[in-house]
Amino acid sequence: MKQALLMFGCWLALWSTPTMAETDTTSSYDDLLIALTEADLNTTQPILEKIEATGHPQVLSLFQTLLDGNLHFRKADQVLLSIVDVNGTDQYTEFQSGTAIEPLGRRDVSKIRVNNNLRNFLSSAIGRLQLRSSEPDLRSAAVLSLLTKLDAATADDLAELRREESNRTVLSSIDLALAMYSARSANTVAAQITAIDTLSDRLQPEARNLLFDLERNADNPAVREAATAALKKIDGKVTFYGYVDQLFFGLSLGSVLLLAAIGLAITFGVMGVINMAHGEMLMLGAYTTYVVQLLMPGFINYSLWVAIPAAFIVAGLFGILIERCVIRFLHGRPLETLLATFGISLILQQLVRTVFSPLNRRVAAPDWMSGSLEINPVLSLTYNRLTILIFALIVFIALLVIMKKTALGLYVRAVSQNRDMAKAMGIKTDRVDALTFGLGSGIAGIGGVALSQLTNVGPNLGQAYIIDSFMVVVFGGVGNLLGTLVAAFTLGIANKFLEPVTGTVLASILVLVFIILFIQKRPKGLFPQRGRAAE
Amino acid sequence: MTLKPILQGLSFAVASTVLSTAAIAEDPIKVGVLHSLSGTMAISETTLKDTVLMMVEQQNEAGGLLGRPLEAVVVDPASNWPLFAEKARELLTQEEVDVIFGSWTSVSRKSVLPVLEELNGLMFYPVQYEGEESSKNVFYTGAAPNQQAIPAVDYLRNELGVERWVLAGTDYVYPRTTNKILEAYLMDLGVAEEDIMINYTPFSHSDWQSIVSDIKTFGSAGKKTAVVSTINGDANVPFYKELGNQGVSSADIPVIAFSVGEEELSGFDTSPLVGHLAAWNYFQSVDADVNYDFIDMWHAYIGDEDRVTNDPMEATYIGFKMWVQAVEQAGTTDVDAVEQAMIGQTVANLSGGTAVMNRNHHLSKPVLIGEIQDDGQFEIVWQTAGVVPGDAWSDYLPGSKMLLADWSAPLKCGNYNTETGTCSGTVY
Repeated sequence: MKQALLMFGCWLALWSTPTMAETDTTSSYDDLLIALTEADLNTTQPILEKIEATGHPQVLSLFQTLLDGNLHFRKADQVLLSIVDVNGTDQYTEFQSGTAIEPLGRRDVSKIRVNNNLRNFLSSAIGRLQLRSSEPDLRSAAVLSLLTKLDAATADDLAELRREESNRTVLSSIDLALAMYSARSANTVAAQITAIDTLSDRLQPEARNLLFDLERNADNPAVREAATAALKKIDGKVTFYGYVDQLFFGLSLGSVLLLAAIGLAITFGVMGVINMAHGEMLMLGAYTTYVVQLLMPGFINYSLWVAIPAAFIVAGLFGILIERCVIRFLHGRPLETLLATFGISLILQQLVRTVFSPLNRRVAAPDWMSGSLEINPVLSLTYNRLTILIFALIVFIALLVIMKKTALGLYVRAVSQNRDMAKAMGIKTDRVDALTFGLGSGIAGIGGVALSQLTNVGPNLGQAYIIDSFMVVVFGGVGNLLGTLVAAFTLGIANKFLEPVTGTVLASILVLVFIILFIQKRPKGLFPQRGRAAE
Repeated sequence: MTLKPILQGLSFAVASTVLSTAAIAEDPIKVGVLHSLSGTMAISETTLKDTVLMMVEQQNEAGGLLGRPLEAVVVDPASNWPLFAEKARELLTQEEVDVIFGSWTSVSRKSVLPVLEELNGLMFYPVQYEGEESSKNVFYTGAAPNQQAIPAVDYLRNELGVERWVLAGTDYVYPRTTNKILEAYLMDLGVAEEDIMINYTPFSHSDWQSIVSDIKTFGSAGKKTAVVSTINGDANVPFYKELGNQGVSSADIPVIAFSVGEEELSGFDTSPLVGHLAAWNYFQSVDADVNYDFIDMWHAYIGDEDRVTNDPMEATYIGFKMWVQAVEQAGTTDVDAVEQAMIGQTVANLSGGTAVMNRNHHLSKPVLIGEIQDDGQFEIVWQTAGVVPGDAWSDYLPGSKMLLADWSAPLKCGNYNTETGTCSGTVY
């Protein structure tokens, strides 16, 4: 969309250029563009400043193309080219004239390079050019980008804009900028203090830094005091939101643990099979996501909806295969099961290495899972974590419904409580075993889809989660789904509240030590199964 | 492993074509390849194995070495550090290789060292590392800290005006030593202690929420902040994803990484990372014909246009070329003769200029700083004016600033104490 607008901009420029009377500006603009192709990173900025000063209609689209890293030039004649990747193929356009041209080799074109300093310059220049843009979001962002670079001229400009502005977000940004300006530079102390009061309701780090500065360096003691008071008010809020943030991080880690462990809660918890290949079921789910994205390259945003059922089926089928071929022969022999499933996990890892290569695979994140939900300047919840938290709860509830309300759930519980009796009642225990193992593995596959959005999709993915999964299931109480839920969130939140105090490495050690001690005291976990079923 | 017979078959096939064209009848010179082909490090190390095989093939096409064909012997130490020592012993005693190209992690190199010194083997180590070592039997073709970390910090200070520093790393020897050096260096420059934040995470760490949020808070104090990252391997992917999601842009808080190259970036979508930095001695995007030739050769060998090249591959390339020249100059593959002939060898860098092997077994190379682009490549934004000689013993650590490595006559010492005038003999 942006690219289309740019193109349109180019065309407009093309049409308007000849009609302009000031051929002088145009020619110097042309000269500057040539100079741009000859500049190195240290000499680019003065040229860009001159280009901005020409006021040429193409400037905004030039800066935008440069900022996006799409501006190149042909080595032969120094003509600027815009090279845009459209669905995997590069489209070459002559920037000034807007004519599309044949693709060139990598040795024939050279890129106009930008670094972070230039990017900063470009985005504030674009900000300046967009202060009067028709999009309120762009206007607001433009104002915010000026916060640390306020001078009298910009403040006057903003005050003028404020009179014409009707959008509330933009108004609030302008008020912040104006308050920051007068807190530092107002003529009277009273005006400064009023501005500081306004700032005390704002959480923007720029405002906070300004107050810090005033607290230390202001000439007037009244201003210093006002700044201290305002800072205290802000810090109280920042601390509160810090805790909210940590709680969210904890819940999010808990949801990842839940997704990783919930399949195991079925195969290990309910069936009692020590399944060391559980991690590889997660891995299969993640690889299924990768394959689905390969098969539908243009539809990354929808790929996850296809990947979820696909991963369930793939991992579920592998689960059934493993149960039919190996585990059913090892009933009641936990040690052999452990070794056999460990062997299977190695086989599956090597299989993936052979089929997909040992390198990690790229799984793209859909647009709606990138970025974050900004609640205020110090608290923002990332969309991917939020989505996965909700997704984990949905999967959990669905599983709970299957186990409690369906015939399969009833059979599973019957078989796991008393195999012989269930058999005597006419339940096909073999079939139930296979289906249960398939269900557990399938759920693990769904967990893998979620993990593919957070971590690396590679042959070792499963290894990273197998210990955590067992930890959660054992801590929660074997055979109890609700226990798994509580355990996952408890461990997640405990981990995240320990981390800032102790560091990451020590936090996970402490959690592990806690679990060991807890299991000593209550060997059956948080929610032990009661009654005859537990025997 | 089924790979070995295939490889042997391959090298036999190569050798036999050479035989028929150049009529070489002598015994092959054996080149040992000691890189993990399975386990966690397989991601990075398989590429280097392929690079060595490619160089061997190319050398054979050019007529071999000393009139003899080269034969690669590939073993798989499986990312298992003690197994590196065993496999090195196997290469040296059973296969009787003349040279080894291998190792990636510092811990694997440290495990191989005693074997190399005992059996007087010769190894080329192609990865950037923490320094504080110089063995007679090892040539270090990757960067020492003064060829990567120190110039990176200089760049951030001088070009970007960074005043507050986050040193984030994985919890093992390379990041800990590098961060110790950097901390001492920054303190020397007058950076206050409260402006440095140090953070370590376990291998393959995947939950970066709190750390990124801490970095954000640390960076919002009004001073320009940068993250110096020695985070290793695949933990980088979730780290950068979290940075992108929490909206930490490179313009606000740039991250400069020492372990993230083109290969690591090929694992994920780099659009949120544009502008973050890396310091290396080579980038695939270097605009030089010798580099384009290397990339073309690599693509032709591996049969995949999408495969990238990276800094350890260049280090392997330089090491291999230097070894070939040293053997030709010495006229033999004898380790002692080759070791002496190595010193002073020069090879054209892929990044322009010339790499020189110094008397401390480290290279002189240029240092480049690149910014990540949305196609997973790096845009070179800064480079040192000339080449930087690798320093085996850091000048910024109190325990090593008086140490000097010089393997040329008459000193022949990897650990010479310039204050006491003695050579302690322990080189690692």
